[in-house]
Amino acid sequence: MTPMNPFLHQQQLINRRQFFGKSATGIGTLALSSLLQNDLLAAPALSMNPLAGLPHLPAKAKNVILLWQGGGPSQVDLFQHKPGLEKLRLTELPASVRGNTRLSTMTASQSKYPILPALKPFRQYGKSGRWLSELLPHTGSIADDLCFIDSMHTEAVNHAPGVTFFLTGSQIPGRPSIGAWGTYGLGAMSQDLPSFVVMTSSDAGKTCGQLFFDYYWGSGFLPSKYQGVRFRSEADPVLYLNNPAGISRSMRRTALDDIAAMNQHHLSQYGDPEIDTRISQYEMAYRMQMSVPELTDISDETPELLEMYGPDVQRNGSFARNCLLARKLVERGVRFVQLMHAGWDQHNNLSYQLENQCRDTDQPAAALVKDLKQRGLLDDTIVLWVSEFGRTVFVQGNIENGRGHGRDHFGVGYTIWGAGGGFKPGHSHGETDDFAYQVTKDPVHVHDMQATLMHLLGINHEKLTFRFQGRDFRLTDVHGKVVQQVIA
Amino acid sequence: MLRCFILFLCINWSGLLRAEEKISYNQHIRPILSQKCFACHGFDAKKREADLRLDIFDGATDATRTPRAIVPGDATASEMIKRMRSDDPDEIMPPPDAVHRMEKSEIDLIARWIDAGAIYEKHWSFEKPVRPSVPQGSHDSWVKNPIDSFIAAGWKKDRLQPSPEADRATLLRRLSFDLTGLPPSDAEMKEFLQDTAPDAYEKVVDRLLQMPHYGERMALSWLDAARYADSNGFQQDGDTHQYVWRDWLIRSLNENMPFDQFTIEQIAGDLIPQASTSQKVATGFQRCHLLNGEGGAIAEEQRNIILFDRVDVTATNWLGLTLACAQCHDHKYDPLTQKDFYSMMAFFNQVPESGVPPGGSQYRIADPAIAVGSDEQMKQLEQWDAEIKVIEGEEQALTKVPEFEQSITDATLSMRERKEIAWMPQSPVKLEASNGVTLTLEADQSIFSAGEQAAMADYVLEIPIPQQGLTGIRFELIPDPRLPMGGSGRAASGNAVLSKLIIHHGDQELRVSHSRADYSQGSFSPEAIFDQDPQSGWAFHPDVKTPHWLEMQLAAPVKHSASPLKLTLQFQSSHLVHMFGRFRVMLTDALFPLEEKQFTPAQLALLKKDPAQLSDAERNELRTIMIAADPKGLLASVQSRKIDLKNRRDALANSLPKVMIMSDAQPRKTMIFDRGSYEMPTTEVTSDTPAMLPPMAADLPKNRLGLAKWLMAPENPLTARVQVNRFWQHYFAHGFVKSAENFGLLGDAPTHPELLDWLAVEFRENGWDMKKIHRLIVTSATYRQSSKVTPALLALDPENRLYARATRFRNSSLILRDTALRVSGLLTTDLFGKPVYPYQPPTIWDSLGITKERDFSYPQSQGADLYRRSIYTFWRRTVAPGNMFDTSARRTCVVKHSLTSTPLHALTTLNDITWVEASRVLAEKIIRQSNDRRQWPTLSFQAVCQRAPDATELGILEKSFASSLAEFQRDAAAATQLLSHGAAPRDVTLPVSDHAALTHLCLSIFNLDEALTRQ
Repeated sequence: MTPMNPFLHQQQLINRRQFFGKSATGIGTLALSSLLQNDLLAAPALSMNPLAGLPHLPAKAKNVILLWQGGGPSQVDLFQHKPGLEKLRLTELPASVRGNTRLSTMTASQSKYPILPALKPFRQYGKSGRWLSELLPHTGSIADDLCFIDSMHTEAVNHAPGVTFFLTGSQIPGRPSIGAWGTYGLGAMSQDLPSFVVMTSSDAGKTCGQLFFDYYWGSGFLPSKYQGVRFRSEADPVLYLNNPAGISRSMRRTALDDIAAMNQHHLSQYGDPEIDTRISQYEMAYRMQMSVPELTDISDETPELLEMYGPDVQRNGSFARNCLLARKLVERGVRFVQLMHAGWDQHNNLSYQLENQCRDTDQPAAALVKDLKQRGLLDDTIVLWVSEFGRTVFVQGNIENGRGHGRDHFGVGYTIWGAGGGFKPGHSHGETDDFAYQVTKDPVHVHDMQATLMHLLGINHEKLTFRFQGRDFRLTDVHGKVVQQVIA
Repeated sequence: MLRCFILFLCINWSGLLRAEEKISYNQHIRPILSQKCFACHGFDAKKREADLRLDIFDGATDATRTPRAIVPGDATASEMIKRMRSDDPDEIMPPPDAVHRMEKSEIDLIARWIDAGAIYEKHWSFEKPVRPSVPQGSHDSWVKNPIDSFIAAGWKKDRLQPSPEADRATLLRRLSFDLTGLPPSDAEMKEFLQDTAPDAYEKVVDRLLQMPHYGERMALSWLDAARYADSNGFQQDGDTHQYVWRDWLIRSLNENMPFDQFTIEQIAGDLIPQASTSQKVATGFQRCHLLNGEGGAIAEEQRNIILFDRVDVTATNWLGLTLACAQCHDHKYDPLTQKDFYSMMAFFNQVPESGVPPGGSQYRIADPAIAVGSDEQMKQLEQWDAEIKVIEGEEQALTKVPEFEQSITDATLSMRERKEIAWMPQSPVKLEASNGVTLTLEADQSIFSAGEQAAMADYVLEIPIPQQGLTGIRFELIPDPRLPMGGSGRAASGNAVLSKLIIHHGDQELRVSHSRADYSQGSFSPEAIFDQDPQSGWAFHPDVKTPHWLEMQLAAPVKHSASPLKLTLQFQSSHLVHMFGRFRVMLTDALFPLEEKQFTPAQLALLKKDPAQLSDAERNELRTIMIAADPKGLLASVQSRKIDLKNRRDALANSLPKVMIMSDAQPRKTMIFDRGSYEMPTTEVTSDTPAMLPPMAADLPKNRLGLAKWLMAPENPLTARVQVNRFWQHYFAHGFVKSAENFGLLGDAPTHPELLDWLAVEFRENGWDMKKIHRLIVTSATYRQSSKVTPALLALDPENRLYARATRFRNSSLILRDTALRVSGLLTTDLFGKPVYPYQPPTIWDSLGITKERDFSYPQSQGADLYRRSIYTFWRRTVAPGNMFDTSARRTCVVKHSLTSTPLHALTTLNDITWVEASRVLAEKIIRQSNDRRQWPTLSFQAVCQRAPDATELGILEKSFASSLAEFQRDAAAATQLLSHGAAPRDVTLPVSDHAALTHLCLSIFNLDEALTRQ
């Protein structure tokens, strides 16, 4: 048995499908899509092909890197320059501003809502003159590449529902995540790596209680092959990736060839195309075993580049390391990379933890954008720095307690940014009022952002649907408008 | 053109259509209209455009409209067809911006249907199934039971032939996997192959249906439907004891509980008159939902999310209806209103629950819940409860005697006067200390400690009891220049920690009711002397140079007697040499004023009030307070017996698993929520079933019990069909209705509507006997066919929806693991019990440890618990067991298996320790079986695939083994490494290279398609 040529094998599968197509004279694509959606007969282990009819429109981007900033970074302290607040320091937030905003139970019953202006001064960056906190000098250095959305709003008041809402379109767990929808619709670009990869990190002090649940990258009711594959920072970057100790690479290769030969023989007797799928599944597993270790090895990167990502890049599992790996993944054709970073939930440690958190994330995120740009990858790649919500302009807890106060969750108006992949560079969209509270201009709802993301990938968010329980579900439920103004 | 149609419909399974066939609304027309028209012209009045309804005959043919949308019998005159065929963007339907477009073929079909009279039919699944007659005259000699007759009738058009019966080994494997989730043992296989009796197959079926593993196998899909997990999900992901319900499930399936009873107990077991514990446990089904205890979570919001989930799980699991779609608005396709949704929700809205789990560390179990133990344990609890009642009676009696009244008078007097307690120094008659420490009595009656600098020591003092009796003990600590730092303790710091004080009078140990000190060092309080922790105690650093005192009030006064008081002072804390240096013992007989901190300000005011001024009500309240305070300790002995018993009772009760169950103890109003938001209640509704289905019988209570009985009522058109469809799916990967979760208008049409109905009626009329239906299916000729796929069958029927062969599919990952354990001999076959923690990379749970609120380290099981069946593996809802792939997420009700193939699955069975260890143990078994190496490849293959390899296969296996053997002979270290995986002991006398090479071969065999597949 000669080792399988996966490309040749792919060809055989296509021929088999063409066979079905032919028998269905003229309605081949219908039959084909019906077959592809059938799990039992899902021919290739990872579908290389987009769904019929996709992309719906010219795609501006091929890849997405989500830099998830879990916990809710404070738009007041980092992004939204509200110089008028200084004069109002520790005065009560006017009830007219607060309105009947739904707050978490942690502050909903607070008797006072004293205003706390930004911790550090703001300054202007780049030609675009974007105001940003001094805490984000590196983000400032790429301000002209970024598109800030200062009018994000969400319906959720707590983390898990908020993250689930942003990443799956519903606050209740169980729907497919953005990455799953994307790979389902657009297919894979890599033979060796999964199409949708997830990595997690936390602030060094682990101050934050938020967990990253696997439904944040789940496939929901889509076939489970579309779920994100979690790369870990431990010995096995992918679960069960390494051969058991005692089995060498060459022995595994031989064993897989023998398994394939046995399966091939069985196929000749049983005729079930599933056996063919099995052969390709095992071949892909081997390729993944070969390519992932090379991917996670950063010894080939230049010292200058490593320096750009900052000292934390040397620490396995850090946000900085994950940012660097994200670039390598995109370079190798991985379509969706989702980095989940925790540590922004500053209820009572704002005065010192915010600064630590900025130090951990500011430089690597900026370095990733620069790195992609200098390799010419940024045009095709969306980098989205995003979170489930922002934080309140008013204090949570007792301001007298220097190390024991902070800000509560706040989804009414906050800031995210996007770069590359069709986002308008050096641009700011939407505004909130003078209190960084209510959106006063161009509100962008979570579903709008999802629709925009899909749009940049060439997907009409209303048309990418999946039939489940007899209904055509989509990422944006029955909502969502593409925000044309943020598109270059 | 027509050909296109046929194939299109064939692929989409709207049913086959031939030129000569009548067009059926249900089979052909509704699937098109419901997908492309009803969203705007259907049931939902709020979303209806142009006030036009196309989902009912009266609406579509409404003669008051001009032009009429449908003119029955005349497609050309029908506006609907005109609009569908239009090129004008203002005219065309669906409009240009709609997601769906009409195919020309579809329009032609609709036109033909209109020409034929536009006959609407009620949706098939909303009509009660009637037993159809069994078709005859097709493959009659092949037919074994009515199932086959229906299946064969479906082949007529394509002149299909049945596949030959599968060979016996394949059949037994298939049966064993399907009915028990395990491969047959070698002995079972041998017996079956040799049994030439005509009913050999039926005998095996009956044997397997009686195996305890039957319940474990059949429970798997029900656990998915019940979104069962062993934890709550979300941030703290508290563990639960819902496994008690899981055991109920397995037991009920094994006992073949009729499906109506099975349903009633799970939905409303608690409401059955004189409900047994088991029936209450059954309702755990409705409590397997997620529970969100995140900081800031709004309880009422969470409670409503749970209610929505209960409606969804009930509607999906029993009715095959997507009622959840009607949470925010009327259903777009099915005749289900928003009112129907909330009327169903009202059934579940009477539970005394908050919506969030309680705090705690590992376990977070939300009420209502019951503790469930063995019969013996439950009896013990009952007995203790009875004894506690008796003691409470005695206590009651004691409070009625004059002496107790007097104690109240005295106590209140002392509270008002607050006299200083008079303490009298008392010299011990005996002084002893352990570990070389010496105690001497000084002139001022103080005691001085010297001798060894012992790390720890006990002091034992015997002191005569004064004539007047005794109510309290006091230690006075006296700083002394002879002691370190001039303090009163012997530690270098001048400190001491009294970790425990035991007081004996004769044989009786005396209880201390209150203790206090003039000063305590942080948490080293007087209470710490008397807590359960032997290390904790009272201390006084850094204030060592000041005299201190420590007072203890006895729970009951002690009368004078000849035997002295014996005090044992223990200095056993982790702080070494921390013992008293110089101290004095004082006693008193004074009546202690009651400890003020035990009372509320209002109570204190009452206690200090002049008795003459008390009203009757106040006097009564004072009595109640005094019974609790018991100032003279008159109730002390009876109360201490009560406390002892209660402690023992609580200790047992707390050690028992608490399973979350249903209860209707908190009646609530249920409101319709505008747009599904709990913050926008509108109209009140009462419990009721969906209006479009037959109503609840008048004599049924409008509660969950009534709901459950309504589900099982013979008029209910859905319940039986939904279940038998899932039984079929168990064996053929798809049901007749492929959308097993949706029997509504957008669900798939059944491929074999008559067989589905026949089975549904059969199920209902045979006492809802589940095993009987399973037996019927597996004894059919249809089931017994070979699963080989011929090119002709593949072309005509790729998904096997015509059943001219058996269906092959990969076994679920849970069964794959069980199989590897069984084949190697490692499997522990015990049933039931606490979840276990088999091998799993620790990193999977560690990554949850971002929160400091609880420990998420993985408590891997030891010994036999490593090898329990997968159904007993602890299922953490936030992250499923690492080696179980393609499983449902256990968050919402799922009634369909997922079967995909990704490289990650292959990596699991190739590299996970479970399969590597099973291969090693299997290899050892084979080497023991034969010392002829040449036999090993055959024996290994046979062990896993349960058939002999053919010549080609044997050639590959032998080559594979030889190549591994050569490799391991060259590299003994690698061989040893491969043999080191897993906790199971290894026979070290076996040659390492042989064993490793055969292990490697077995691992490959476990990964063959044939080994992974039930065929």
